[in-house]
Amino acid sequence: MSFLEVTSFLWDGFMVSLLIFAVTLLCGAPLGLPIAFCSMSRWKPLKVISKIFVWIVRGVPLMLQIFIIYYVPGLLFDFPLFSHVDRYVSINFGIADAGRILAVLIAFTINYACYFSEIYRGGIESISKGQYEAGYVLGLTKSQIFKKIILKQVIKRIVPPMSNEIITLIKDTALANCIMVCEIIKQAKELAATKALIWPLFFTGVFYLIFVGLLTIILGRVEKKLDYFKS
Amino acid sequence: MAILEVKNIKKSFGKTEVLKGISFSLNEGEVISLIGSSGSGKTTLLRCLNFLETPDSGTISVGDNVLFDGENSKALTDNEIRENRLHFGLVFQSFNLFPQYNVLDNVTLAPKLLKKGSTEEIEQNARALIDKVGLTEKIGNYPCELSGGQQQRVAIARALAMNPDILCFDEPTSALDPELTGEVLRVIKGLKESGSTMIVVTHEMEFAKNVSDKIIFMADGVIEEMGTPEQIFENPQSDKTRHFLQNSLEKI
Repeated sequence: MSFLEVTSFLWDGFMVSLLIFAVTLLCGAPLGLPIAFCSMSRWKPLKVISKIFVWIVRGVPLMLQIFIIYYVPGLLFDFPLFSHVDRYVSINFGIADAGRILAVLIAFTINYACYFSEIYRGGIESISKGQYEAGYVLGLTKSQIFKKIILKQVIKRIVPPMSNEIITLIKDTALANCIMVCEIIKQAKELAATKALIWPLFFTGVFYLIFVGLLTIILGRVEKKLDYFKS
Repeated sequence: MAILEVKNIKKSFGKTEVLKGISFSLNEGEVISLIGSSGSGKTTLLRCLNFLETPDSGTISVGDNVLFDGENSKALTDNEIRENRLHFGLVFQSFNLFPQYNVLDNVTLAPKLLKKGSTEEIEQNARALIDKVGLTEKIGNYPCELSGGQQQRVAIARALAMNPDILCFDEPTSALDPELTGEVLRVIKGLKESGSTMIVVTHEMEFAKNVSDKIIFMADGVIEEMGTPEQIFENPQSDKTRHFLQNSLEKI
Protein backbone atom coordinates (compact mmCIF):
# COMPACT_ATOMS: atom_id res chain seq x y z
CA MET A 1 0.00 0.00 0.00
CA SER A 2 1.32 3.39 -0.90
CA PHE A 3 1.64 6.27 1.53
CA LEU A 4 -1.24 8.06 -0.17
CA GLU A 5 -3.50 5.02 0.05
CA VAL A 6 -2.76 4.63 3.75
CA THR A 7 -3.33 8.32 4.38
CA SER A 8 -6.65 8.22 2.58
CA PHE A 9 -7.70 5.10 4.50
CA LEU A 10 -6.81 6.75 7.81
CA TRP A 11 -8.50 9.98 6.67
CA ASP A 12 -11.80 8.10 6.38
CA GLY A 13 -11.38 7.05 10.00
CA PHE A 14 -10.46 10.55 11.07
CA MET A 15 -13.72 11.83 9.57
CA VAL A 16 -15.54 9.55 12.00
CA SER A 17 -13.37 10.91 14.85
CA LEU A 18 -14.26 14.45 13.78
CA LEU A 19 -17.94 13.57 13.59
CA ILE A 20 -17.89 12.30 17.18
CA PHE A 21 -15.95 15.41 18.20
CA ALA A 22 -18.35 17.85 16.50
CA VAL A 23 -21.60 16.23 17.65
CA THR A 24 -20.36 15.87 21.24
CA LEU A 25 -19.37 19.52 21.31
CA LEU A 26 -22.55 20.80 19.65
CA CYS A 27 -24.89 18.72 21.85
CA GLY A 28 -22.84 18.41 25.03
CA ALA A 29 -21.99 22.10 25.45
CA PRO A 30 -25.64 23.27 25.51
CA LEU A 31 -26.74 20.24 27.54
CA GLY A 32 -24.19 21.12 30.21
CA LEU A 33 -26.06 24.34 30.97
CA PRO A 34 -29.30 22.85 32.37
CA ILE A 35 -27.21 20.31 34.31
CA ALA A 36 -25.20 23.19 35.79
CA PHE A 37 -28.38 25.04 36.77
CA CYS A 38 -29.79 21.89 38.38
CA SER A 39 -26.61 21.45 40.43
CA MET A 40 -27.00 25.04 41.62
CA SER A 41 -30.74 24.75 42.23
CA ARG A 42 -32.11 25.96 45.53
CA TRP A 43 -34.54 23.02 45.43
CA LYS A 44 -32.59 20.37 47.34
CA PRO A 45 -33.87 17.14 45.65
CA LEU A 46 -33.03 18.44 42.18
CA LYS A 47 -29.61 19.55 43.35
CA VAL A 48 -28.88 16.18 44.95
CA ILE A 49 -30.07 14.16 41.95
CA SER A 50 -28.01 16.22 39.57
CA LYS A 51 -24.91 16.03 41.77
CA ILE A 52 -25.24 12.23 42.01
CA PHE A 53 -25.68 12.01 38.25
CA VAL A 54 -22.58 14.09 37.63
CA TRP A 55 -20.67 12.05 40.19
CA ILE A 56 -21.54 8.77 38.43
CA VAL A 57 -20.83 10.03 34.94
CA ARG A 58 -17.53 11.57 35.93
CA GLY A 59 -16.63 8.69 38.20
CA VAL A 60 -16.95 5.85 35.69
CA PRO A 61 -14.57 5.38 32.74
CA LEU A 62 -15.99 6.72 29.49
CA MET A 63 -15.15 3.39 27.83
CA LEU A 64 -17.38 1.59 30.30
CA GLN A 65 -20.16 4.09 29.64
CA ILE A 66 -19.92 3.36 25.93
CA PHE A 67 -20.31 -0.37 26.66
CA ILE A 68 -23.26 0.31 28.94
CA ILE A 69 -25.11 2.47 26.41
CA TYR A 70 -24.40 0.03 23.59
CA TYR A 71 -25.23 -3.26 25.32
CA VAL A 72 -27.84 -2.38 27.94
CA PRO A 73 -30.89 -2.15 25.62
CA GLY A 74 -30.19 -5.68 24.41
CA LEU A 75 -29.29 -7.19 27.79
CA LEU A 76 -31.98 -5.57 29.85
CA PHE A 77 -34.89 -5.24 27.45
CA ASP A 78 -33.97 -7.94 25.00
CA PHE A 79 -33.91 -5.28 22.33
CA PRO A 80 -30.46 -4.62 20.89
CA LEU A 81 -31.43 -1.15 19.71
CA PHE A 82 -28.09 -0.14 18.26
CA SER A 83 -27.54 -3.37 16.29
CA HIS A 84 -30.97 -2.86 14.78
CA VAL A 85 -30.06 0.67 13.78
CA ASP A 86 -26.76 -0.63 12.37
CA ARG A 87 -28.54 -3.16 10.21
CA TYR A 88 -31.40 -0.89 9.17
CA VAL A 89 -29.16 1.98 8.07
CA SER A 90 -26.65 -0.21 6.26
CA ILE A 91 -29.42 -2.01 4.34
CA ASN A 92 -31.38 1.13 3.45
CA PHE A 93 -28.64 3.74 3.09
CA GLY A 94 -25.51 1.68 2.67
CA ILE A 95 -23.78 3.42 5.61
CA ALA A 96 -21.92 1.10 8.00
CA ASP A 97 -21.70 1.39 11.79
CA ALA A 98 -24.53 3.94 12.18
CA GLY A 99 -25.95 2.28 15.30
CA ARG A 100 -22.56 1.93 16.97
CA ILE A 101 -21.73 5.53 16.19
CA LEU A 102 -25.08 6.59 17.62
CA ALA A 103 -24.32 4.75 20.88
CA VAL A 104 -20.91 6.43 21.05
CA LEU A 105 -22.45 9.86 20.40
CA ILE A 106 -24.96 9.38 23.21
CA ALA A 107 -22.30 8.23 25.68
CA PHE A 108 -19.91 11.03 24.71
CA THR A 109 -22.59 13.73 24.82
CA ILE A 110 -23.76 12.76 28.31
CA ASN A 111 -20.22 12.37 29.60
CA TYR A 112 -18.97 15.67 28.24
CA ALA A 113 -22.14 17.55 29.21
CA CYS A 114 -21.37 16.61 32.81
CA TYR A 115 -17.79 17.83 32.59
CA PHE A 116 -18.95 21.04 30.87
CA SER A 117 -21.65 21.54 33.52
CA GLU A 118 -19.01 21.59 36.25
CA ILE A 119 -16.99 24.16 34.31
CA TYR A 120 -20.10 26.31 33.86
CA ARG A 121 -21.00 25.98 37.53
CA GLY A 122 -17.52 27.05 38.58
CA GLY A 123 -17.66 29.98 36.18
CA ILE A 124 -21.08 31.16 37.29
CA GLU A 125 -20.30 30.81 40.98
CA SER A 126 -17.05 32.74 40.59
CA ILE A 127 -18.84 35.95 39.59
CA SER A 128 -19.05 38.26 42.59
CA LYS A 129 -22.37 38.90 44.30
CA GLY A 130 -21.76 42.60 43.73
CA GLN A 131 -22.34 42.22 39.99
CA TYR A 132 -25.83 40.82 40.63
CA GLU A 133 -26.56 43.46 43.26
CA ALA A 134 -25.44 46.27 40.97
CA GLY A 135 -27.98 44.98 38.45
CA TYR A 136 -30.70 44.60 41.07
CA VAL A 137 -30.40 48.14 42.40
CA LEU A 138 -30.67 49.49 38.86
CA GLY A 139 -34.03 47.71 38.63
CA LEU A 140 -32.99 45.01 36.15
CA THR A 141 -34.72 41.64 36.08
CA LYS A 142 -32.90 38.41 36.93
CA SER A 143 -32.80 37.29 33.31
CA GLN A 144 -31.54 40.69 32.11
CA ILE A 145 -28.79 40.53 34.71
CA PHE A 146 -27.76 37.04 33.64
CA LYS A 147 -27.85 37.73 29.90
CA LYS A 148 -26.42 41.23 29.84
CA ILE A 149 -24.03 41.28 32.78
CA ILE A 150 -23.08 37.84 34.05
CA LEU A 151 -22.91 35.70 30.91
CA LYS A 152 -20.00 37.41 29.18
CA GLN A 153 -17.93 37.41 32.36
CA VAL A 154 -18.65 33.70 32.79
CA ILE A 155 -17.64 33.02 29.18
CA LYS A 156 -14.37 34.85 29.69
CA ARG A 157 -13.63 32.74 32.75
CA ILE A 158 -14.56 29.39 31.26
CA VAL A 159 -12.67 29.69 27.97
CA PRO A 160 -9.37 28.31 29.34
CA PRO A 161 -10.89 25.24 31.09
CA MET A 162 -13.24 24.65 28.14
CA SER A 163 -10.26 24.74 25.76
CA ASN A 164 -8.62 22.05 27.82
CA GLU A 165 -11.71 19.88 27.76
CA ILE A 166 -12.20 20.36 24.01
CA ILE A 167 -8.62 19.28 23.32
CA THR A 168 -9.12 16.21 25.50
CA LEU A 169 -12.32 15.42 23.60
CA ILE A 170 -10.67 14.93 20.19
CA LYS A 171 -8.26 12.42 21.72
CA ASP A 172 -11.02 10.66 23.65
CA THR A 173 -12.81 9.87 20.38
CA ALA A 174 -10.31 6.99 20.05
CA LEU A 175 -12.31 5.19 22.75
CA ALA A 176 -15.03 4.58 20.16
CA ASN A 177 -13.00 1.67 18.80
CA CYS A 178 -13.97 -0.35 21.89
CA ILE A 179 -17.26 -1.15 20.15
CA MET A 180 -15.63 -1.43 16.74
CA VAL A 181 -16.47 2.02 15.41
CA CYS A 182 -14.14 2.74 12.50
CA GLU A 183 -12.47 5.84 13.84
CA ILE A 184 -8.84 6.51 12.93
CA ILE A 185 -7.14 4.21 15.45
CA LYS A 186 -9.47 1.36 14.51
CA GLN A 187 -8.58 1.95 10.86
CA ALA A 188 -4.87 1.82 11.67
CA LYS A 189 -5.31 -1.41 13.65
CA GLU A 190 -7.15 -2.80 10.65
CA LEU A 191 -4.08 -2.11 8.49
CA ALA A 192 -1.85 -3.77 11.06
CA ALA A 193 -4.04 -6.86 11.12
CA THR A 194 -4.74 -7.25 7.42
CA LYS A 195 -1.66 -5.74 5.72
CA ALA A 196 0.93 -6.24 8.47
CA LEU A 197 1.64 -2.50 8.46
CA ILE A 198 2.45 -1.11 11.90
CA TRP A 199 3.64 2.41 10.97
CA PRO A 200 0.11 3.76 10.14
CA LEU A 201 -0.81 3.29 13.81
CA PHE A 202 1.91 5.74 14.82
CA PHE A 203 1.15 7.97 11.86
CA THR A 204 -2.37 8.62 13.27
CA GLY A 205 -0.70 10.85 15.87
CA VAL A 206 0.05 13.36 13.13
CA PHE A 207 -3.67 13.76 12.41
CA TYR A 208 -4.42 14.49 16.04
CA LEU A 209 -1.47 16.85 16.35
CA ILE A 210 -2.49 18.92 13.35
CA PHE A 211 -6.07 19.15 14.53
CA VAL A 212 -5.11 20.06 18.09
CA GLY A 213 -2.77 22.70 16.63
CA LEU A 214 -5.69 24.24 14.75
CA LEU A 215 -7.90 24.11 17.86
CA THR A 216 -5.20 25.77 19.93
CA ILE A 217 -4.98 28.64 17.46
CA ILE A 218 -8.75 29.12 17.29
CA LEU A 219 -9.29 28.89 21.06
CA GLY A 220 -6.36 31.23 21.63
CA ARG A 221 -8.06 33.77 19.40
CA VAL A 222 -11.32 33.49 21.34
CA GLU A 223 -9.39 34.05 24.55
CA LYS A 224 -7.65 37.06 23.05
CA LYS A 225 -10.95 38.51 21.88
CA LEU A 226 -12.18 38.63 25.47
CA ASP A 227 -8.95 40.23 26.66
CA TYR A 228 -10.32 43.77 26.43
CA PHE A 229 -11.83 43.61 29.90
CA LYS A 230 -10.75 42.25 33.26
CA SER A 231 -13.20 40.48 35.46
CA MET B 1 -42.74 67.07 53.22
CA ALA B 2 -40.89 63.86 53.89
CA ILE B 3 -39.96 61.96 50.75
CA LEU B 4 -38.75 58.95 52.73
CA GLU B 5 -40.34 57.65 55.89
CA VAL B 6 -38.78 54.69 57.66
CA LYS B 7 -40.60 53.29 60.68
CA ASN B 8 -39.36 50.72 63.16
CA ILE B 9 -37.29 48.62 60.76
CA LYS B 10 -36.01 45.42 62.32
CA LYS B 11 -33.72 42.87 60.76
CA SER B 12 -32.04 39.76 62.11
CA PHE B 13 -29.59 37.38 60.50
CA GLY B 14 -30.16 34.08 62.26
CA LYS B 15 -29.91 34.89 65.96
CA THR B 16 -28.08 38.17 65.51
CA GLU B 17 -30.39 41.16 65.61
CA VAL B 18 -28.69 43.70 63.35
CA LEU B 19 -31.39 46.38 63.23
CA LYS B 20 -33.48 46.76 66.38
CA GLY B 21 -36.10 49.24 65.26
CA ILE B 22 -34.89 52.10 63.09
CA SER B 23 -37.13 55.09 62.36
CA PHE B 24 -36.24 58.28 60.57
CA SER B 25 -37.47 60.50 57.79
CA LEU B 26 -35.83 62.42 55.02
CA ASN B 27 -37.06 65.51 53.18
CA GLU B 28 -36.60 66.12 49.51
CA GLY B 29 -33.20 67.65 48.77
CA GLU B 30 -31.81 66.68 52.16
CA VAL B 31 -28.63 64.75 52.82
CA ILE B 32 -28.39 62.36 55.75
CA SER B 33 -25.09 60.87 56.83
CA LEU B 34 -25.11 57.57 58.67
CA ILE B 35 -22.12 57.24 60.95
CA GLY B 36 -21.15 54.69 63.54
CA SER B 37 -18.65 51.92 64.09
CA SER B 38 -18.47 48.79 61.94
CA GLY B 39 -21.18 46.30 62.77
CA SER B 40 -23.62 48.96 63.95
CA GLY B 41 -26.04 48.14 61.13
CA LYS B 42 -25.51 51.13 58.80
CA THR B 43 -24.90 49.04 55.70
CA THR B 44 -27.74 46.63 56.51
CA LEU B 45 -30.11 49.60 56.82
CA LEU B 46 -29.03 50.88 53.41
CA ARG B 47 -29.44 47.38 51.93
CA CYS B 48 -32.94 47.17 53.38
CA LEU B 49 -33.85 50.48 51.72
CA ASN B 50 -32.60 49.11 48.40
CA PHE B 51 -34.43 45.81 48.92
CA LEU B 52 -31.24 43.80 48.80
CA GLU B 53 -32.35 42.59 52.22
CA THR B 54 -35.95 42.25 53.36
CA PRO B 55 -36.64 43.72 56.80
CA ASP B 56 -38.40 41.46 59.32
CA SER B 57 -40.80 44.22 60.33
CA GLY B 58 -41.43 47.93 59.98
CA THR B 59 -42.49 50.11 57.07
CA ILE B 60 -40.72 51.97 54.29
CA SER B 61 -42.62 54.69 52.41
CA VAL B 62 -41.49 56.94 49.61
CA GLY B 63 -43.80 59.93 49.08
CA ASP B 64 -47.31 58.51 49.36
CA ASN B 65 -46.34 54.95 48.44
CA VAL B 66 -45.87 52.39 51.17
CA LEU B 67 -43.17 50.24 49.57
CA PHE B 68 -42.80 47.79 52.41
CA ASP B 69 -45.04 46.92 55.31
CA GLY B 70 -43.89 44.17 57.66
CA GLU B 71 -47.46 43.75 58.92
CA ASN B 72 -48.65 42.83 55.47
CA SER B 73 -47.91 39.13 55.54
CA LYS B 74 -47.99 38.72 51.75
CA ALA B 75 -44.43 38.56 50.47
CA LEU B 76 -43.53 41.00 47.71
CA THR B 77 -43.25 39.53 44.23
CA ASP B 78 -39.99 39.84 42.30
CA ASN B 79 -41.61 42.48 40.15
CA GLU B 80 -42.82 44.56 43.10
CA ILE B 81 -39.35 44.44 44.62
CA ARG B 82 -37.93 45.58 41.32
CA GLU B 83 -40.39 48.49 41.12
CA ASN B 84 -39.53 49.46 44.70
CA ARG B 85 -35.83 49.48 43.93
CA LEU B 86 -36.34 52.07 41.21
CA HIS B 87 -37.03 54.69 43.90
CA PHE B 88 -33.51 54.23 45.21
CA GLY B 89 -30.05 54.31 43.74
CA LEU B 90 -27.10 52.66 45.45
CA VAL B 91 -23.41 53.33 45.06
CA PHE B 92 -21.35 50.46 46.45
CA GLN B 93 -18.14 50.50 48.43
CA SER B 94 -16.52 48.30 45.78
CA PHE B 95 -17.99 50.18 42.77
CA ASN B 96 -19.30 47.01 41.04
CA LEU B 97 -19.02 48.46 37.56
CA PHE B 98 -19.77 46.03 34.74
CA PRO B 99 -16.26 45.16 33.49
CA GLN B 100 -17.22 44.25 29.93
CA TYR B 101 -18.83 47.62 29.22
CA ASN B 102 -17.10 50.94 28.69
CA VAL B 103 -18.00 54.02 30.73
CA LEU B 104 -20.84 55.15 28.47
CA ASP B 105 -22.37 51.67 28.24
CA ASN B 106 -22.18 51.17 32.00
CA VAL B 107 -24.28 54.30 32.40
CA THR B 108 -26.73 53.57 29.57
CA LEU B 109 -27.22 49.81 30.13
CA ALA B 110 -30.06 49.91 32.64
CA PRO B 111 -32.02 52.83 31.09
CA LYS B 112 -31.78 51.12 27.70
CA LEU B 113 -32.88 47.72 29.00
CA LEU B 114 -35.76 49.27 30.94
CA LYS B 115 -36.67 51.52 27.99
CA LYS B 116 -36.40 54.79 29.87
CA GLY B 117 -36.59 56.79 26.63
CA SER B 118 -35.22 56.80 23.11
CA THR B 119 -31.64 55.72 22.54
CA GLU B 120 -30.65 59.33 21.73
CA GLU B 121 -32.26 60.70 24.88
CA ILE B 122 -30.62 58.06 27.04
CA GLU B 123 -27.18 58.64 25.52
CA GLN B 124 -27.51 62.39 25.72
CA ASN B 125 -28.51 62.15 29.37
CA ALA B 126 -25.64 59.71 30.05
CA ARG B 127 -23.12 62.04 28.44
CA ALA B 128 -24.39 64.90 30.58
CA LEU B 129 -24.03 62.78 33.73
CA ILE B 130 -20.56 61.59 32.77
CA ASP B 131 -19.63 65.22 32.21
CA LYS B 132 -21.08 66.08 35.64
CA VAL B 133 -18.73 63.58 37.30
CA GLY B 134 -15.86 64.91 35.19
CA LEU B 135 -15.09 61.86 33.07
CA THR B 136 -15.94 62.99 29.55
CA GLU B 137 -12.46 62.16 28.29
CA LYS B 138 -12.77 58.59 29.63
CA ILE B 139 -16.16 57.90 28.07
CA GLY B 140 -14.88 55.06 25.85
CA ASN B 141 -12.63 53.45 28.45
CA TYR B 142 -13.26 50.18 30.26
CA PRO B 143 -13.41 49.98 34.08
CA CYS B 144 -10.04 48.17 34.27
CA GLU B 145 -8.45 51.25 32.66
CA LEU B 146 -9.75 53.63 35.33
CA SER B 147 -8.51 54.50 38.81
CA GLY B 148 -10.67 53.64 41.81
CA GLY B 149 -11.87 57.20 42.15
CA GLN B 150 -12.80 57.35 38.48
CA GLN B 151 -14.63 54.02 38.74
CA GLN B 152 -16.62 55.28 41.70
CA ARG B 153 -17.56 58.45 39.79
CA VAL B 154 -18.81 56.27 36.91
CA ALA B 155 -20.82 54.25 39.45
CA ILE B 156 -22.41 57.50 40.65
CA ALA B 157 -23.30 58.50 37.09
CA ARG B 158 -24.71 55.01 36.51
CA ALA B 159 -26.95 55.30 39.58
CA LEU B 160 -28.10 58.80 38.57
CA ALA B 161 -29.01 57.63 35.07
CA MET B 162 -32.03 55.80 36.52
CA ASN B 163 -33.11 59.08 38.10
CA PRO B 164 -33.79 57.67 41.59
CA ASP B 165 -35.73 59.64 44.20
CA ILE B 166 -33.09 58.90 46.79
CA LEU B 167 -29.45 58.11 46.13
CA CYS B 168 -27.68 55.95 48.70
CA PHE B 169 -23.95 55.64 49.18
CA ASP B 170 -22.43 52.71 51.05
CA GLU B 171 -19.02 53.91 52.26
CA PRO B 172 -18.22 55.27 48.81
CA THR B 173 -14.62 56.12 49.61
CA SER B 174 -13.61 53.24 51.89
CA ALA B 175 -12.02 51.22 49.09
CA LEU B 176 -10.07 54.18 47.73
CA ASP B 177 -6.53 55.38 48.27
CA PRO B 178 -6.59 58.50 50.46
CA GLU B 179 -5.58 60.79 47.61
CA LEU B 180 -8.59 59.64 45.56
CA THR B 181 -11.32 60.20 48.14
CA GLY B 182 -11.46 63.94 47.46
CA GLU B 183 -12.63 63.63 43.85
CA VAL B 184 -15.50 61.35 44.86
CA LEU B 185 -16.57 63.46 47.84
CA ARG B 186 -16.51 66.59 45.67
CA VAL B 187 -18.88 64.92 43.21
CA ILE B 188 -21.27 64.00 46.05
CA LYS B 189 -21.07 67.56 47.35
CA GLY B 190 -21.89 68.81 43.86
CA LEU B 191 -24.98 66.60 43.82
CA LYS B 192 -26.20 68.15 47.04
CA GLU B 193 -25.87 71.59 45.49
CA SER B 194 -28.02 70.46 42.56
CA GLY B 195 -30.71 69.26 44.98
CA SER B 196 -30.28 65.45 45.10
CA THR B 197 -31.75 63.63 48.07
CA MET B 198 -29.07 61.39 49.53
CA ILE B 199 -28.22 58.98 52.32
CA VAL B 200 -24.51 58.49 52.83
CA VAL B 201 -22.91 55.84 55.00
CA THR B 202 -19.47 57.23 55.66
CA HIS B 203 -16.42 57.22 57.87
CA GLU B 204 -15.34 60.64 56.56
CA MET B 205 -16.32 62.81 59.51
CA GLU B 206 -15.28 66.13 57.98
CA PHE B 207 -17.35 65.35 54.91
CA ALA B 208 -20.37 64.31 56.99
CA LYS B 209 -20.08 67.53 58.95
CA ASN B 210 -19.87 69.78 55.92
CA VAL B 211 -22.34 68.18 53.55
CA SER B 212 -25.13 66.71 55.69
CA ASP B 213 -28.36 68.32 56.80
CA LYS B 214 -28.82 65.60 59.34
CA ILE B 215 -26.51 63.08 60.99
CA ILE B 216 -27.63 59.72 62.29
CA PHE B 217 -25.26 58.01 64.67
CA MET B 218 -25.95 54.30 64.91
CA ALA B 219 -24.69 51.89 67.55
CA ASP B 220 -25.65 48.24 68.06
CA GLY B 221 -28.58 48.33 65.68
CA VAL B 222 -30.33 51.40 67.07
CA ILE B 223 -30.19 55.11 66.31
CA GLU B 224 -28.24 56.32 69.28
CA GLU B 225 -28.44 59.95 68.31
CA MET B 226 -29.84 61.98 65.45
CA GLY B 227 -29.50 65.70 64.76
CA THR B 228 -27.91 68.46 62.77
CA PRO B 229 -24.14 68.26 62.25
CA GLU B 230 -23.72 71.03 64.84
CA GLN B 231 -25.68 69.12 67.45
CA ILE B 232 -23.87 65.86 66.84
CA PHE B 233 -20.34 67.12 66.42
CA GLU B 234 -20.34 70.11 68.77
CA ASN B 235 -22.70 68.93 71.47
CA PRO B 236 -23.26 65.17 71.45
CA GLN B 237 -25.70 64.02 74.13
CA SER B 238 -24.90 60.32 74.30
CA ASP B 239 -21.76 58.84 75.77
CA LYS B 240 -21.47 56.40 72.90
CA THR B 241 -21.57 59.23 70.35
CA ARG B 242 -19.00 61.19 72.25
CA HIS B 243 -16.74 58.18 72.55
CA PHE B 244 -17.09 57.32 68.84
CA LEU B 245 -16.39 60.88 67.72
CA GLN B 246 -13.40 61.14 70.00
CA ASN B 247 -11.88 58.04 68.45
CA SER B 248 -12.80 59.05 64.90
CA LEU B 249 -11.46 62.58 65.14
CA GLU B 250 -8.37 61.69 67.11
CA LYS B 251 -5.28 63.10 65.50
CA ILE B 252 -2.35 60.73 65.57
